[in-house]
Amino acid sequence: MSELEYKLVVGLEIHVHLATRTKLFCGCELVYGGEANSRVCPVCIGMPGVLPVMNAQAYEFAVLTALALNCKIANFTKWDRKSYYYPDLPKNYQISQYDLPLGEAGYIEIPLETGRTKKIRIIRVHLEEDAGKNTHTLGNFSAVDLNRAGTPLLEIVTEPDMNSPEEVRALAVELQRIVRYLGVSDADMQKGHMRFEPNINLTITKAGSEHKTPIVEVKNLNSFRAVEKSVAFEVQRQLDEFAETGLTMASGNKSTRGWDDENEVTILQREKEEAHDYRYFPDPDLVPVEIDAEWLDEIKLRLCELPIEMQKRFVTEYKLSDYDAGVLTGDRFTAEFFDTAVKAGADAKRVCNLLTQTGMKLANEAGCNVADLGISAEDLSKLAKMTDAGDISATASAAIFEEMVKTKKAPDVIASELNLLQKSDAGELEAVVDEVLAANPDAVADATSGGKKTKKARGFLLGQVMQKTKGQANPKIVSQILDKKLS
Amino acid sequence: MADELLNLTCKQLRDKIAAGAVKSTAVVEAVLAQIADIDDTIGAYISTFNKHALETAEAVDEKIAAGESMGALAGVPVAIKDNMCTDLGATTCASRILENFQAPYNAHVVEKLLAADAVIIGKTNLDEFAMGSSTENSGLKRTVNPWDMERVPGGSSGGSAAAVAARMCFAALGSDTGGSIRQPAGFCGVVGLKPTYGRVSRFGLVAYGSSLDQIGPVTRDVADAALMMNVIAGRDKRDSTSVSEEMAPVCDYLEKLDEDVKGLKIAVASGFNAGADEHIRNALASALDIYKNLGAQIVEVKMPHLDYAIAAYYLIATAEASSNLARYDGVHYGHRTESPADYIEVYSKSRAEGFGAEVKRRIMLGTYALSSGYYDAYYLKALKVRNLIRKDFTNVFEKADCIIMPTSPTTAFKLGEKIEDPLQMYLTDIYTLAANLAGVPAISIPCGFDADNLPIGLQILSPAFTEEKLLRIARMFESKTNYHTHRPKPAEHTK
Ligand SMILES: [Zn+2]
Repeated sequence: MSELEYKLVVGLEIHVHLATRTKLFCGCELVYGGEANSRVCPVCIGMPGVLPVMNAQAYEFAVLTALALNCKIANFTKWDRKSYYYPDLPKNYQISQYDLPLGEAGYIEIPLETGRTKKIRIIRVHLEEDAGKNTHTLGNFSAVDLNRAGTPLLEIVTEPDMNSPEEVRALAVELQRIVRYLGVSDADMQKGHMRFEPNINLTITKAGSEHKTPIVEVKNLNSFRAVEKSVAFEVQRQLDEFAETGLTMASGNKSTRGWDDENEVTILQREKEEAHDYRYFPDPDLVPVEIDAEWLDEIKLRLCELPIEMQKRFVTEYKLSDYDAGVLTGDRFTAEFFDTAVKAGADAKRVCNLLTQTGMKLANEAGCNVADLGISAEDLSKLAKMTDAGDISATASAAIFEEMVKTKKAPDVIASELNLLQKSDAGELEAVVDEVLAANPDAVADATSGGKKTKKARGFLLGQVMQKTKGQANPKIVSQILDKKLS
Repeated sequence: MADELLNLTCKQLRDKIAAGAVKSTAVVEAVLAQIADIDDTIGAYISTFNKHALETAEAVDEKIAAGESMGALAGVPVAIKDNMCTDLGATTCASRILENFQAPYNAHVVEKLLAADAVIIGKTNLDEFAMGSSTENSGLKRTVNPWDMERVPGGSSGGSAAAVAARMCFAALGSDTGGSIRQPAGFCGVVGLKPTYGRVSRFGLVAYGSSLDQIGPVTRDVADAALMMNVIAGRDKRDSTSVSEEMAPVCDYLEKLDEDVKGLKIAVASGFNAGADEHIRNALASALDIYKNLGAQIVEVKMPHLDYAIAAYYLIATAEASSNLARYDGVHYGHRTESPADYIEVYSKSRAEGFGAEVKRRIMLGTYALSSGYYDAYYLKALKVRNLIRKDFTNVFEKADCIIMPTSPTTAFKLGEKIEDPLQMYLTDIYTLAANLAGVPAISIPCGFDADNLPIGLQILSPAFTEEKLLRIARMFESKTNYHTHRPKPAEHTK
């Protein structure tokens, strides 16, 4: 089979659990797991006579996310019932938003290799309630656990703007970074906080004409790896299928496939789009949501600098590499910790090195992020400045960092306690200075002349002292002694 | 003596109990004896809470003896329609699918009654899930009209109306989606009030048509309706559609009840009323004469869209019902079929076995109305008609304080007379549906009897959240007549 020329086209539907205090329409606290059906109340298990009441925090989290995704925010939305029968759906309808989503027409900027970024358009963002879980471990019976039922779920739908498995993965990762920055979701993949459903097809060019393969939707992916691998798998599978059958979007059917994580293949679940009739209609138990300018402004106050913007700023403003900037902006606390330390006057590259080479290792060991190591950004800044000033060597700075985390003491205190300060003994250094001055009378003359050569001669003399002490001298002290001797 | 006791109104009884002149325990015993005597025949109650009722009454008596201050209904036996949840016993909705369902919580109105120290006697019969106009659709039992055992009590709150009329309680709660409080009140010769949508919390009321359902009192006179409203009206944050006190403050409905409304203007849509039986039209005319004598002005109005109320109602109510009743599936609670082949059969067989014919009919009608391809033609169009009906009301209320019309086109009909013809049955609600579609309050009060000595109801409708005025208007009529003091003699029929 000859190699076909093709273009991959992928759109994503993403579901994100919001980390609100309580569920979307009842007062149950949102806690992951627990004994089956222990985190429920009459409302979230759909008992007769109960009524839903909207959780305003969930709505705010959703709007905040939509704002971060550059969406237009609807000032009027409503709740709709989406009807289908399934045992994990206690009311046999899901409260969702149908024709009036809370956010529309946005985009997400995703980082690609070495500083390149790409904008993926967002079609819509809406809020809905999650269902429970069915389990099939009881022999002839299935069991239903409704602990998850009623969890606020944000649905985000993108345009089919992604053209490689790497781009799809990058979007998934970037979205995780965003919702964590905003503090609206823990986005813990292991706990199913994020679920992805890519719609995948190919535009194949054959004999000068374009053929679109039938769209495949892969359901319920819950790891970045599965997202990337399933898309990559579909590329090859659809190429093979096209070569074999020649089926296109026009002649073939849209299908739904599942992902077999073990064998790394997609498996056909449903062919032919079932004409699912969800019988949407406005939920009469809930009132429409109107967002006025005041409420929207209040929510906007909670927006933060987005990770991708921070990453770009660290590159342009602080001259970091895109890689380093990416590492530092992996989570908001690290990024802001770094930023504060730099703004306190330290050199960005120095702070970056301290954090990426020592801080992150320590944080990893402690199971937290660097901002939670118990040291202040100001002390980190001081440590960086001491290193740059030559008070301590780069090697010593790592040891001091570790000690700071251990003892919570200031870096200068630790440096002197551990005798890690470079030569700063004025008496000892004065003798060296005297030696150098005696050996270089011309330079001394230039340095005291007050003329053009003063600065250069002074630098020369300082260099001589550093050379004589093999770099162990503290340049600041030497400079002070020189000032005194040459005045 | 017991009979005299049973004939008291809530307000009279409450005052006697509070004054120590009558013991709540004695009243409860009398009521339970009355139920034991006649309810085999009437069939008003699905369940009674004898032990709870006696214990509550004893506690009330003790507190009163100890001089404690008590709630507005202290010691008064009341009944609730069996589609409101209580943790006192089963909440069946008169459906086999919920026959053994025990709610783990109390409806808002039940909490309110208990807080007012009322004695909850039991749960009354209804058309299954409140779907019907005669209580004949009950999946559990039959209720007859205390005025004529061969006739229906009306519906769907037929059990509540029959219990109040037959002195098996002093007041009851009903729910009204298209006339389900007012029509049985009219048929049984008692007072029935459907408050403004949003005035009384629906939390704990098993939903039929959520945008239409409203809980209200069934009582023997207007003062008792006001008293019951004092207890149950008000904002409840568990019901998003219940209205805030700032938007519409709840007042003391009893305070000015006996003050006539000065310069009262009454709207009448004569054309619309023409379909009612002659004796009903005559009773209506006499009622208007009484108001005229009280100084009221009658304004002739047209409400052109009321003719479409039945069509709009049966699309909106059934659409909502088809979704509201989806949860009764045999999975989580309620009736589950035995040995289903798969989970689809858990649904299909449990529902086929659990629901009665009328409920199935309405679920199918509603499902159809919401289906893609039909939604715009049916559901959406019905919503538009609903808006036009609202406008009809707005227009009329610019010219008048209230509208008066019959409660029903006929008096109580015979058992079995209309049950085989759903359309004939639906037509009996022609005068009551519009208030639900428009969300406005409406009351039915006794205004006469037909040739067969069957009670006739007079319906008064007023603008949203004007229950206080509505009750006063009703009281004006009641104070000049004695229809509300007539009582059926069910005991004689049974002997
Ligand atoms: Zn809950």
